[in-house]
Amino acid sequence: MRVLRAIFGHGSGRIGGVIVGVYVIIAILGLLGLTPHNPITQYRIDRLHAPDSAYWMGTDLFGRDVASRLMAGIGQSFTVAFFSVAVATLAGTVLGLAAAWLGRRWDGVVMRIMDVLLAFPAILLALLIVTVAGPGTWTSVVAIGIVYTPIFTRVVRGPALSLKAREFVDAARTFGSSSSYIVTRHLLLNLVAPLTVQVTLALAWALLTEAGLSFLGLGTQPPAASLGLMLSDSRNLMETAPWLMIFPGLTIMVSILGFNLLGDALRDILDPRMRRAPA
Amino acid sequence: MTPLLSVRDLRVGFGRTPQTNEVVRGVSFEVADGETLAIVGESGSGKSVTALSINRLIDFGGGRITGGSMRLKRAGGSLFDLMTATEPQLTGIRGAEIGMIFQEPMTSLNPVLTIGSQIEESFRLHRGLSGRQATAAAKDALDRVRIPDAARRLKYTPNQLSGGMLQRVMIAIALACNPRLLIADEPTTALDVTVQAQIMALLAELKRETGMSMIFITHDIGLVAGIADKVMVMQNGQAVEQGELNQILDDARHPYTRHLLHDVPHFANGRATRSDGRRDEGAGTEPALEVNGLVVRFPLKSNFFSRATGAVHAVDGVDFDLMPGETLAIVGESGSGKSTTARAVLGLVRSTRGSFSVGARKASAQQSAKPVQMVFQNPYASLNPRLTIESILAEPVIATGGRVNAETRSRMASLLERVGLPKNSLERYPHEFSGGQRQRLCIARALMLNPSVVVLDEAVSALDVSVQAKVLELLVDLQREFGLAYLFISHDMAVVERIAHRIAVIYAGQIVEIGDAASVLSKPKHSYTKKLISAVPTIDRRNERFEIDTRQVPSLVRPQGFEPAEARWERFGGDHIARVEA
Repeated sequence: MRVLRAIFGHGSGRIGGVIVGVYVIIAILGLLGLTPHNPITQYRIDRLHAPDSAYWMGTDLFGRDVASRLMAGIGQSFTVAFFSVAVATLAGTVLGLAAAWLGRRWDGVVMRIMDVLLAFPAILLALLIVTVAGPGTWTSVVAIGIVYTPIFTRVVRGPALSLKAREFVDAARTFGSSSSYIVTRHLLLNLVAPLTVQVTLALAWALLTEAGLSFLGLGTQPPAASLGLMLSDSRNLMETAPWLMIFPGLTIMVSILGFNLLGDALRDILDPRMRRAPA
Repeated sequence: MTPLLSVRDLRVGFGRTPQTNEVVRGVSFEVADGETLAIVGESGSGKSVTALSINRLIDFGGGRITGGSMRLKRAGGSLFDLMTATEPQLTGIRGAEIGMIFQEPMTSLNPVLTIGSQIEESFRLHRGLSGRQATAAAKDALDRVRIPDAARRLKYTPNQLSGGMLQRVMIAIALACNPRLLIADEPTTALDVTVQAQIMALLAELKRETGMSMIFITHDIGLVAGIADKVMVMQNGQAVEQGELNQILDDARHPYTRHLLHDVPHFANGRATRSDGRRDEGAGTEPALEVNGLVVRFPLKSNFFSRATGAVHAVDGVDFDLMPGETLAIVGESGSGKSTTARAVLGLVRSTRGSFSVGARKASAQQSAKPVQMVFQNPYASLNPRLTIESILAEPVIATGGRVNAETRSRMASLLERVGLPKNSLERYPHEFSGGQRQRLCIARALMLNPSVVVLDEAVSALDVSVQAKVLELLVDLQREFGLAYLFISHDMAVVERIAHRIAVIYAGQIVEIGDAASVLSKPKHSYTKKLISAVPTIDRRNERFEIDTRQVPSLVRPQGFEPAEARWERFGGDHIARVEA
C-alpha cells in the first residue's frame, strides 16, 4: 500500500502506473473474450475497412476487427511476458543466491554458464531455443525466460554477496541459524527492492522479445492474435492500410514506455537512500 | 593585531529551507597567526560543518551559509571576505591559503594515480611548476612529512601504503603551498593509536617549523591536550564554551564540557580499572572459556590452479582462559589478529589448529546449545533492516530449535527493559533507533540464549563518547547480574581500562603480554605494550612531544610451512606475564 501511494506521488510513476494499469485491464478483457468483435471471425465483406464507428481501428486483409485482435494480442503478449519473467525471476533468484551463498566452485560454474548465455544477443538466443523446441506460446515463455535468467542471476548475486558479508549474517551464524533461514530471512528479504525494479523493467523487454519472435513467425501462431504477428501481417499493406501497422506499433511503444516509467519510479522509491523513516 | 581568521555568528543550514534547518547556529571564533584552535564535539554537534564552511566547501555538500561573517587576513595583510567571495576567488584560496585534511586517508586519494602525481598536482595548480620541478617539489614535500625513501615512494599507488603513511601524504598535499591555515577534520580517527601519536607529533612539529595556524577538529578531548592553544566545545550547533587550553581543561564552566572531561572514559594509566570481581588466585572454579594454541592461517594462492605459496598468519598460537563473571580485554592495533581470534572462538572463521573448551554452565544446561554469543562493532550493519525488533530477538530462539511462545515474548520484553529500551520497541524497525539504542538491541539479542560468554568485538567503538560510557555501564551491570564472562576486543585503551579485569595485548598474531588490568596498564613490561600505552592521548599530557618513528608493522605473510619460535614467558608478580623479547 505504501509503495502504491508512493508510485502515485512520483511524477513519472503516476504516468507509468496508469499506462500499465490500463494495459492490464485490456489484457484481462482480451483474454476473457470481452472484445467488441470476435478477434478471429473474418468479416469478408469488410476487408481492409478503414477505422470507423463499427471497426474502431479498421479491419485487416481477412476482414478481422483490428481493435479486437489488438485486445486479444495484448492479452496474449502480456501472458507470455508475465510467465517468462516469472520463469526468469525464479530461476535467476535461485541461481544467484546459490552462487553467492555456496561460493567458490558453485559461483564459478553458475556465473560462467550465465556469461555464455549473455554472450548471445537476446533475440538470437530466443530464436535458437524456439527453433529447436518448435514454435508456440509455452515455448516462447520458456525461451524468453531462459534468455533473461542471467540478468536476474547477476542482479541477485551482487547484492547477495555483499549482504552475506554483513554483520547481521555473521550474527545469525553465531546463534546457529540454518543456511535456509539466513538465505530467506536475511538475503532474500533485502533483495525484494532490487528484484521488484528488475521485474518491471524485464516485463518491457519480454514484451519486445515476444513481439520480435511473433514477428518472425516463431511465437504465437495464426490465427491467434499477437502484437508481433499483427505488425508482421501489416508489412505489405503499409501504404494501403496504414492502421494495420500504426495501432499495434503504438500499442507496443506505449506499453514499453509505461513499464520503463514505472520501473524508474520504483527504483527511486525503493532505493533505501531515498527512504525516510516512516512516521 | 587582526587575527588570521575571524568568524562571527556563523549560521549554516541544510535542505530546501536552510533557515529553519540550521546545523550551525551562531558560532563565533578567531584564530590568530600561529595559533591552534581545537573544535571538540560529538557527532551532530556541527563541528565538521563549521570547518567546511570556512573554505566554503559546504556549498558542495548541500549546505548553505545563512548568516554571519568570515574574514581571512591574506598574505599581504588585506582582509578577504569569505562570505561574498566568488567560486573562482575561493579556488585560489583553497589549497594556497587554507589547506585541509580529512578523516579517511584511504578514500581521500585517487586509487589509480601514484601519490607522486597527486602531490605534484597541487604544485602545478598553485605554483605553476611542471615536469622535473614539480617532481622535485613533491619529493621535498614527502621528506617534510618524514616519509622515508621519498623518491621511491612517489611512484607508489595509495594501496601500497598504510593508513598512517597515506595520512602523511594527505598532509604533504595540504601543506604543498605553505597555507597559513590548516584545517584538520578528525585526521587521526581512522588510524591506530600508535599511528595517531605519530601524526599528532608530525602536525605539532610542522606547526613549529612553518608557523601556520591550525583548526583541529576532534571528538576526543584527550587528544586536544597535546596540540591546542585554544579549545572550543560545540554541542547542537552552538559553541557552548571556548577559551585557553588550560582554562578549559582545569576549570570548565559549562556542564557539557565537564561531562566530556569527567563522565567519558579517559585513559588513566591503570588507575581507573575495576575493583570488583578480580580473579582469585587458586580458586577452583572452572573457566567459562579456555583457548589453547589457537592458530588461524589464510593460505595465499596466486591463482586458482597454483598451490599455496605461503600463508597469512593472522593468529599464531594464542592461549588464554576466561573465568565466569570476568572480562578479558584483547587489545591490539588493526591487523594484529584480535578480531580473528574472536571470530575463531565463535566459529565464524575456521581455525587451523588449537582447541577451545567452553565450560558447562549448570544454570542453563538445558539450553547450552550456543553458550558463546557475540556483539558486533557496527550497530548499523549488525541488524537486518527489514526485520522488526521482535523478529530480530526471536531469531536466536528459532535458530536453536525453540518456539516463539509466551515465555519467549516475556523474556524479550524483560530483556528490552533491562537494556533500557522503550516497551513499544518490539514492533519497530532498526532504523528507528539511534546507534546507542541499536547496540543495546544487539546486547539484548546476544542475551536471548542465556550465554555464559559474550564476545564484544569493538562493541562501543562506533558510538559517541558519552553514549559509550552508558553502554559500558550497562555491560558492567549485566555482567554482575548474570555472571557473564566477557571477551572484550578493543583498540581503545580508555574503554578497556573501564571494563577489563584482565588484559591481553596482541601484536602480529601473538599475545605479547597478559595479566591483571591494573598491573598491565600501570607497569607494562613488553616494549610493544609500553609503546601502545605511551601513545594513548590523555588530558594529563599537555603539549608533550612524541618521538617520530617510521617503522612499519611487520608483514604477517609467511612462507609455506613456517612455524614461529616457541614463546618464552617471564612472570611479573601474581597474574602478569610478558613474552621475552628476542
